[in-house]
Amino acid sequence: METLEGIIAGHPFFEGLDPQYLALMVGCASNVRFNANTYIFKEGGEANEFFLIRAGKVALEVFGANRKPSIIETLGEGEVLGWSWLIEPYIWKFHARTMEMTRAIALDAKCLRAKCEENHDLGYEIMKRFASLMQRRLEATRFQLLDVYAAR
Amino acid sequence: MVLRANEAPQGASLLRVDRSWSWEGWHRLAEKQQLVVEADQLQKLIEALGARDFEVIGPTVRDGAITLGQLQSAKDLPAGWTDEQQPGRYRLQKRDDGALFAYGVGPQSWKQYFYPPHIELWSSEAQGFRILNNHRAPAHAYALIGVRPCELAAIRIQDRVLLQDKYPDPIYAGRRANAFIVVVQCTHAAPTCFCGSMQTGPQAYEGFDLALTELLNSGPHRFVVESGSERGSEVLAEMQAAPASEQDVAAAEAGWTQAREQARSIDNNGLKELLYKNFDSPRWEAISARCLSCANCTMVCPTCFCTTVDDVSDLTGEHAERWRHWDSCFTLSFSYIHGGSIRTSSKARYRQWMTHKLAAWIDQFGTSGCVGCGRCITWCPPGIDITEEIHALREENGHGNT
Amino acid sequence: MLPQAFQVRAAGKETPDTFTLTLAPHNGDHANSFEPGQFSMLWTFGVGELPISISGDPTKEDRLVYTVRSVGKATHALVSQQVGSSVGVRGPYGVGWPVEAARGQDLIIVAGGIGLAPLRPVIYKVLAERESYGRLVLLYGARNPRDLLYRKELVAWSRTRDTQVLVTVDYGGLSWRGHVGVVTTLFKFARIHPERSLAMICGPEIMMRFVTRELETQGLTRDRIYLSMERNMKCGVGLCGHCQYGPYFICKDGPVFTYRQMQPLLEKYEL
Repeated sequence: METLEGIIAGHPFFEGLDPQYLALMVGCASNVRFNANTYIFKEGGEANEFFLIRAGKVALEVFGANRKPSIIETLGEGEVLGWSWLIEPYIWKFHARTMEMTRAIALDAKCLRAKCEENHDLGYEIMKRFASLMQRRLEATRFQLLDVYAAR
Repeated sequence: MVLRANEAPQGASLLRVDRSWSWEGWHRLAEKQQLVVEADQLQKLIEALGARDFEVIGPTVRDGAITLGQLQSAKDLPAGWTDEQQPGRYRLQKRDDGALFAYGVGPQSWKQYFYPPHIELWSSEAQGFRILNNHRAPAHAYALIGVRPCELAAIRIQDRVLLQDKYPDPIYAGRRANAFIVVVQCTHAAPTCFCGSMQTGPQAYEGFDLALTELLNSGPHRFVVESGSERGSEVLAEMQAAPASEQDVAAAEAGWTQAREQARSIDNNGLKELLYKNFDSPRWEAISARCLSCANCTMVCPTCFCTTVDDVSDLTGEHAERWRHWDSCFTLSFSYIHGGSIRTSSKARYRQWMTHKLAAWIDQFGTSGCVGCGRCITWCPPGIDITEEIHALREENGHGNT
Repeated sequence: MLPQAFQVRAAGKETPDTFTLTLAPHNGDHANSFEPGQFSMLWTFGVGELPISISGDPTKEDRLVYTVRSVGKATHALVSQQVGSSVGVRGPYGVGWPVEAARGQDLIIVAGGIGLAPLRPVIYKVLAERESYGRLVLLYGARNPRDLLYRKELVAWSRTRDTQVLVTVDYGGLSWRGHVGVVTTLFKFARIHPERSLAMICGPEIMMRFVTRELETQGLTRDRIYLSMERNMKCGVGLCGHCQYGPYFICKDGPVFTYRQMQPLLEKYEL
């Protein structure tokens, strides 16, 4: 049977992470499962965890006063959901709703933040990976903003 | 950054034969038979060409410039005229002799005959959707009198572009076919000329039927004549010609040497790489502050070949025609694709023209696109001088943005 | 170089502003055969000519199919042609996709918006000669679900052997159950072996720049990446000068080029 540590190690986000850091993190981890069409978190809520998606599909959603909710991005297997847990004030900026049955590893934010404060090397590893993730997301978002397919 | 070397297709003769002005060059010329004819024989020349059913075209004075038009007789030639050319300036002046070819190139080039500014491509009827090819080769082949060596080089460049690439232009082919070319070798360079550095003059060695060099001193008004083809020799045989004396040959050669004294030049060494590398040079911005995008340079340039098409129909909508017109990369709409033009700034458009002419042309067709005729310098209203701009880019090289 | 008279045999709407026309010659002869990636100059009476990529099946020589987006007067005139009306056709012109070099290789096809139209003939060819090609991965992005082309075919293609079809939209509506995000976000789901893949990309130039970067990150060399470029065209045969891009004439040296050729040019603003 696969251990939590093994699952985390196998997730693309933590590829190549030194086993000593994996061991530190595993205490904050748990296996979770969501049915389809479930809100994992909502905008404005406390960002108390983040998720390594193992299977399924999650939509990042936002809605305005006079418009229907829009999906701004979908995330699937091998991706990471949520980084607001890492940056004050630790509040979610969007809704996250499953589009299918979704399995993930949840990592408790308070637990992991405490461990990062204790062990800055672990903290640096986490920060490096999230910085890279944010850069990719920002680039994709800018590309999206350009609206290249629109008729001009 | 070398992108792609374009090889001339089979059978094409590359224009730029490596022929520097060497002793060998002199010797080769001396071997060809040089004859001499008196100036009044030009009338015979025109008549002989007319008798062979050519439409004879040559220089004439009109609208204060040397323009090209049909020659009914030798009297139509610009006797006793010369020109003053500077950046952005062109004036005709009267001479006190009867020289027939004592001026440089005018605003028009011979391309207007082989590659007309406006021409119908085809017409069609809505009824039955028939498309009719209406263009016909002109009734008479052209005889061009007074083609300068740089202009001959330009014609051959256009031959390469329009006849010797993937899709030949049938209109150019029909009008170019059998053209009889009478070159006038230059004995004096205008201030705007730089054919020497472009190796397109001031003498032509091949590609013509006859070549004339005008002599006015030490004797009657006469021309040293050289035949370049069998046709040329046949026509020459109908003129009163005598072998040229040593003095006349020497006088012709002295004229050619004098024509080599040119105020302007372009250093072509590594010019292609230099222009490709300097895409972001601040020099382009400086030029664009002066450039009006008036497109004069492309209109007077003897090698520019860009065209556009226009579909027009009559009021009933039953009959439609497609016309081809000269176009210029200086227009905003030239690079338009849905949503907008690519080259919106005049800086980008000037850069496109000059880079194409002096660099990309080499990758596309194997030679430079410029023949050093200097028209673009003379006819540019603010007097932008491409030789000066190349010189400035070379100075900046290494300091410009790469 | 006169247009040949073709008749509109079928006209169908793909999206609110995009239509597919099927043309066949008036006189019933075989239509011009074509290479995937080539284009025709299509002429509507009295309006003008447009370069349009051929988007049909290269194995069906009796017809030519074009998918056209209506963005202006000329394209509007073209898409408004009814069944039975006539259109003038010149061509096919241009250098197409490297379908021969791709034999034995995996294919990564990345299409943005209407860019799927010039790539569809490649997919048809691969499916017709499936044994000659390796894996086929299609990554397709559009603005929103309404703008997706060839929906039924996308489904059919995804069901063929050794084929992966990934579709995304920039903006998803409520009823869209698929992926949302730019087309580069699909790469993480694609199974790619860069050392034996050829990539073919078509879409807006910005999209192609993002995609080539991603393909290089995935390990493809510049000689294995092909793009289809677009510029103003008047003649389609390399004589009018309009389509020049650096030293290349898009109409006769392209429209398909390798990324090795294009990379130094793509980064130049207002080239």
